Amino acid sequence: MFRWTVDSAARNAAPMPHDDHDHSVLPPDPALRVKALETILTEKGLIDPAALDAIIDTYQNKVGPQNGAAVVARAWTEPEFHAALMADATAAVSEMGFYGRQGEHLVAVENTGDVHNMVVCTLCSCYPWPLLGIPPAWYKSDAYRARAVREPRVVLSEFGVTLPDETKLRVWDSTAEVRYLVIPRRPDGTEGWSVDDLAAIISRDAMVGCGLVTVPA
Amino acid sequence: MSRIHDMGGRFGDGKVEVDAPDAPVFAEDWHARALAVTLACGALGQWNLDTSRHAREKLSPRDYTRFSYYEKWMAGLADLLVAKGVLTREELTKGHADGPSQLAERCLVAENVPSALSKGGPVDRPSDVAAKFAPGDRVTTRARARNTLVDGGHTRLPTYAQGATGTILRLHGAHVFPDSNAHGLGEAPEPIYAVVFDAAELFGAPERVGDEVILDLWQSYLSPA
Repeated sequence: MFRWTVDSAARNAAPMPHDDHDHSVLPPDPALRVKALETILTEKGLIDPAALDAIIDTYQNKVGPQNGAAVVARAWTEPEFHAALMADATAAVSEMGFYGRQGEHLVAVENTGDVHNMVVCTLCSCYPWPLLGIPPAWYKSDAYRARAVREPRVVLSEFGVTLPDETKLRVWDSTAEVRYLVIPRRPDGTEGWSVDDLAAIISRDAMVGCGLVTVPA
Repeated sequence: MSRIHDMGGRFGDGKVEVDAPDAPVFAEDWHARALAVTLACGALGQWNLDTSRHAREKLSPRDYTRFSYYEKWMAGLADLLVAKGVLTREELTKGHADGPSQLAERCLVAENVPSALSKGGPVDRPSDVAAKFAPGDRVTTRARARNTLVDGGHTRLPTYAQGATGTILRLHGAHVFPDSNAHGLGEAPEPIYAVVFDAAELFGAPERVGDEVILDLWQSYLSPA
């Protein structure tokens, strides 16, 4: 984790006259910085600490990749839902109760033997929250953001994924408010599985296009 | 001129460190608080999503590089709170409020969290800007990835895709234009498209001939090829 140097702490204690970054007057330790903001905002009546707990509970316990997995498993097993999802993903998943912040405009893209889809946000960390939750650290990392567009196949190899040369790779850079869900390929050997059993093997990484769905040995 | 966040296609960042599938959603408690404080402050309605993205992009390259993810969020938030007059720099320095805020009636209370999060903030709007392009049309992006309304302002055309020619894949509808909206210049909704580019067009030598990169781009960024 980042630790401030003595130099930057000293600079912090006495901001330069031309330093127009107000954040530099906050405490150097990040945990204390957050606490300071929370304290000031609570004293001003601008935030309700119980609301913060409710937001955290939502993304820690309620909204996560299990939602996306339920969507994918249903798309694999219900041709009508699959068609609806590909035509208008926002409407199709809203029907399942999955709509909200960072998922207002959804598009589903499907992996086949011919095309593999992979999603990145090179400019920040845009991600379909209602379906996959808060993005993992790797998705927000400089390495992924910088490299996923230029050398996606090398990046995929770092996830243990090797694509055959006949498969075209399409990388979707989420530069707007459209959020992409990758529908991975359904693995062989899952014929007749229940939706719940299928959902259990669909990983978050597969729904970003950085993993494949496999049948556990 | 460019900004540090615009890193697509950059060399030198090393391997992606993949989190374990069962890694916690928030590695540290303060990460969770940082996210929650940011969302709760957004609910005060003093800025929009584009403004808050720009606040993070405006961090100095030095801060952007050395700050961890949620530290960037905190820094961008602190800067915005002062810039918009919600807090004063003196309050930030002291760590305590000088008094209650007139905005307190807008405070997001716990019982309204579920509806606020599930309501979201759609950005599709009616627009009188007609769509100039249709799927299959060839288009070229702006020669320079820059905000033409505000020098050094927010834009969503990455540098790696500037001056590149691609093909319209789909029309998403008309969405709020970030280059305008981030700076209080109005939502200015206009058509936005998924545009597909050959990787060779963007980067010269692609990893595999025929691989593609797709970006969502506003009509203002595009001209007929």
